[in-house]
Amino acid sequence: MRLELAKRPQHSKLFSALSPFIAFVLTVIAGAVLFALLGKSPGAALYAYFITPLTDLWSLHELAIKAAPLILIGVGLAVCYLSNNWNIGAEGQFVMGAVVGAMLPILYPGLQQSPLALPVMLLMGALGGAAYAAIPAFLKARFNTNEILTSLMLVYVAQLFLDWLVRGPWRDPAAMNFPQAPRFTGYAVLPELLPASGRANIGILFALVAAVLLWVLLTRTKKGFEIRVIGMSPRAGRFAGFSTRGAIFFSFLLSGALAGLAGISEVSGAIGRLQPSISPGYGFAAIIVAFLGRLNPLGIVAAGVVLALTYLGGEVAQIEVGVSDKVVRAFQGLLLFFVLACDTLIHYRIRFVPSERPAAVLPEAKSDA
Amino acid sequence: MGIELAGGPAKEPGLLLDVRGLTKVFGSLIACNHVDLQIAKGEIHALLGENGAGKSTLVKMLFGTLAPNAGEILWNGKQVRIGSPGEARRLGIGMVFQHFSLFEALTAAENIALSLDSTTPISAIAAKAKELSQSYGLPLDPGSLVGDLSVGERQRIEIIRCLLQEPDLIILDEPTSVLTPQEADKLFETLERLRGEGKSILYISHRLEEVQRICDRATVLRHGKVVAHCNPRQETAGSLARMMVGGDVHEVHREHPDHVEGAPLIEIRNLSQAPKGPFSMPLKDISLTVRAGEVVGIAGVAGNGQGEFFDAVSGEAVQADPATVRIRSIDAGTLGITGRRLLGAGFVPEERLGHGAVPGMKLSDNMLLARHRSDAKAFLGGGALGFIRRDAIEATTKRVVEEMDVRKSAEDPEASALSGGNLQKFIIGRELDRKPSVLVVNQPTWGVDAGAAARIRQALIDLTRSGSAVIVISQDLDELFEIADRIAVMAHGEMSQTIPIQGATREKIGLLMGGADTGAH
Repeated sequence: MRLELAKRPQHSKLFSALSPFIAFVLTVIAGAVLFALLGKSPGAALYAYFITPLTDLWSLHELAIKAAPLILIGVGLAVCYLSNNWNIGAEGQFVMGAVVGAMLPILYPGLQQSPLALPVMLLMGALGGAAYAAIPAFLKARFNTNEILTSLMLVYVAQLFLDWLVRGPWRDPAAMNFPQAPRFTGYAVLPELLPASGRANIGILFALVAAVLLWVLLTRTKKGFEIRVIGMSPRAGRFAGFSTRGAIFFSFLLSGALAGLAGISEVSGAIGRLQPSISPGYGFAAIIVAFLGRLNPLGIVAAGVVLALTYLGGEVAQIEVGVSDKVVRAFQGLLLFFVLACDTLIHYRIRFVPSERPAAVLPEAKSDA
Repeated sequence: MGIELAGGPAKEPGLLLDVRGLTKVFGSLIACNHVDLQIAKGEIHALLGENGAGKSTLVKMLFGTLAPNAGEILWNGKQVRIGSPGEARRLGIGMVFQHFSLFEALTAAENIALSLDSTTPISAIAAKAKELSQSYGLPLDPGSLVGDLSVGERQRIEIIRCLLQEPDLIILDEPTSVLTPQEADKLFETLERLRGEGKSILYISHRLEEVQRICDRATVLRHGKVVAHCNPRQETAGSLARMMVGGDVHEVHREHPDHVEGAPLIEIRNLSQAPKGPFSMPLKDISLTVRAGEVVGIAGVAGNGQGEFFDAVSGEAVQADPATVRIRSIDAGTLGITGRRLLGAGFVPEERLGHGAVPGMKLSDNMLLARHRSDAKAFLGGGALGFIRRDAIEATTKRVVEEMDVRKSAEDPEASALSGGNLQKFIIGRELDRKPSVLVVNQPTWGVDAGAAARIRQALIDLTRSGSAVIVISQDLDELFEIADRIAVMAHGEMSQTIPIQGATREKIGLLMGGADTGAH
């Protein structure tokens, strides 16, 4: 007995729309089982995980802080994935954006007194992320290298580079030998939105503006059309006169720039300085955000909030229920698994094939004569 | 999962296959509606019908790849249920597909071995294949690599693979669509020999002349229903066509001008190109000029460089020397497809889905696909931002749909939801609507039903009458004789001189198609 996936002649539009919600419900059910197996009360654990973070104003601010980079990176990745370019290295582009943006306050601390400091840093951060994303883009366009591997491997290069910087040349001499760079001051700090009630900063506004702009780009402009055509059918894209290489660079540079902007926003806002680790895996979680949001920038805003909740809920559950913080990763993994499984089952159905049947099915190879 | 046997109703002697009331429903579409089909032992039975008439669905049910919703299949008088191709083969039903399922990087014998259940060594299979190929007059070297073989030879592998399983019924799906007239003649001899041995053949074709020539009986399908069982030899091509389409087929009207004095609108000079991959054809020093007001046909067996030629002319593959391709006397060799479109050229590729159209996109999006630059003023706004003006695109789409009589189920359906013929009418209409001064079309009516094909051919003729130049690449000689003013033949990446239609005969063209073919092996 073996399983086969058979393509459905038509896929249900209704279930396509419901898929993220079904996936979320399945994740919650699987989470309940997970907590029960750990010997915790599923009801209390799930309440701590998904409801408690929403009950006070302070943690809504934290939600915005976590959602901002997820949305910003997620909408960029959506453009990549729609054009069939698999940028898995947003985490590295996030780090490099933070490093390049931080050059200004660290190397020229005096410039932090200028009101232009922040816009210049943000621009440098975006350029840094884009430049780092240009590496896998170039390798793919020029040598047909698999971008999944190259962009993923470059994540570790970026992380180790940051680690070296903050332990070596950029270490703050006044930091009692802690591996961290000097704290940003003055105009180099990302302003807070409503300082009275919490520490959310204007990063969430960048995320919302980027989501709206990319939604317009993808649904209303020729560039968005070009990206979708190349993603769906490269041969038809060439017939239309669209450049596949152009789409590789466009999508990688755009998603790299947004990841870099998220990176510099994170260090100049929520963290306030460079340190060995500046991300709890935003660049990877944003892949889940992109798919949970159905690669639609507006859907990604909602998905970003859900994923942000898994981070916050993990912290609460750790404190109140006493589960490991690894449960956050487990939840995120479950969510991605269920989203992809739902999407697969919308397009395919499972067929049980009895094993006694010899493998006599004709090979499916097509000869393009 | 075995074959279910049940006591069948009264046997009709000599009947190999008796299909009664077979029905298949896809959603709201009844693809096969109570189809009856009887095939006697030792007969060649034709299955006729337009595209979308339900031929493929019927055959898939007979070969076990689709399960019927209703009806019964009697094999040698016993009711059977065919659940998979394996079961069909064990019953004695073999099939030769229209699109071959062969691995190019393996040898003929290895490909045959792959489809057999047994663990017979490949050397034994090769010997058996060789023996069969000799006894049925199907010359084939089992050790040759499929990638090096012509389409006709590949078909022979499929036929031998099928014969090795000693079937009683062989289903052939459009077998001659890829053959030269000479190769087709050889195939007919093989089929007649098989009939002589008492084997039955179900022969699926659009080509009425062939059906009349070799088939004993015919079953005609239209819109999923059997409209006639007849003896094709007692019918005329016209009466068979009327049964298929349910009305008179529109004849293409044209007069061949004695000679064309129009300005050269597209000139190809010494076009050469290295092969792009191991199974791609080079182009060897091709020169061709097409003038205003004429149709030049490019004949040839599939895979002799026509696809590469189309890409080189359309600008999907650009040339180093600008003068290699000239459109309206402007050097265009280094321009991409967009630049050539802006010079007034239009292109219709062979593959409708995935080349000429994006399958999962709406017709209006597919309108924008080919015309986003040439119609930028109408279709796009907002300057460099390029905002899509949906209303303008939808209006143009509607105009093309009406002009070409594209039949569709929704207001603006996805391209993949249209039948092949209707999508082809849309893709050709999309170019014609621009009134291109040069139109290059690859296989305009491949897999398109007779009614749509006639409409497309007439539209091409009308375009040349209005002063444009048209290149039609086609494997269908009947089509080229119908619409071309001159015909050139492509074989192994070379193009012959053009032959004026008045001096062209099928034999002459067929020899050019096949002559170069044998020359290379």
